Amino acid sequence: MKAAVITFPGSNCDRDLAVAFEGAGAQVVRVWHKDTELPAGVDIVGLPGGFSFGDYLRCGAIAARAPIFSAVAGFAARGGHVLGICNGFQVLCESGLLPGTLMRNASLRFVCRNVALRVETADSAFTAGWKAGQGVTFPVAHHDGNYAATPEVLERLRAEDRVAFRYLDNPNGSMDDIAGILSQNRRVLGMMPHPERAVDAAQGGRDGSVMFRALVDAMVNA
Amino acid sequence: MSAEQAFKARVHVMLKDGVLDPQGEAVRHALGGLGFEGVEAVRQGKVIELDLTAADAATAEARVREMCEKLLANTVIEKYSIEIV
Repeated sequence: MKAAVITFPGSNCDRDLAVAFEGAGAQVVRVWHKDTELPAGVDIVGLPGGFSFGDYLRCGAIAARAPIFSAVAGFAARGGHVLGICNGFQVLCESGLLPGTLMRNASLRFVCRNVALRVETADSAFTAGWKAGQGVTFPVAHHDGNYAATPEVLERLRAEDRVAFRYLDNPNGSMDDIAGILSQNRRVLGMMPHPERAVDAAQGGRDGSVMFRALVDAMVNA
Repeated sequence: MSAEQAFKARVHVMLKDGVLDPQGEAVRHALGGLGFEGVEAVRQGKVIELDLTAADAATAEARVREMCEKLLANTVIEKYSIEIV
């Protein structure tokens, strides 16, 4: 299984994401934002956390229009898997690959702590290692994680079982306690919490390794 | 072929009505703390100025509108207006 991890100027979780994929047995290729093509044979693209392009204009706005992004959008359109974490989730919303947007936290404060989440669906390659309703703990570290969408979009996410994770104690004001959502084909996941920062006991927990193992299993057996 | 002229465009980007603006709300509270009474609401937005060349003002405005749709505004939550000055 081959994962491509994209680095934008200002990405700061790209190495962590690569290590998490490698720990689960994936081969990782690092890709620079100015590249225009993904390496051959990639099974999944990872969009890491950080502050791409300094969060200028809007979080994720410029990364979603970077040269590599046309290739990422084409990969997703062909049914490829894409995982966007934190800033990566913001990039996915800015690109239109996922609906809605991430606004400034309702508290106006940067939140940086572990949060308890509920896995809402096991029906995706990302969440197949859990049972729906199961609890997990991942760190969050963001200033703009307040998920907002129209009532129609929220209704559709619920009706199509596309909310992947909800906060048990909402840290940022997100509508419907949403922490992560899936695309309609269930192959693009965007989430604010950081599973890649929970893959080693030294990080305070290993709940995130379940996601990376499930992804590798799904792609190896595909 | 007509000659290109220089234009300055000013784009105002604001959150759409009904979208909660916690930053504007924080500014309103701070104004109240300074003794400015009677401020009912504060909305915070962005002003973006562009220097560009185009055949005429209408073409310049059309190009800036395209820029707003593609990058300058997130039309999920933001509205924009364009002045050619």
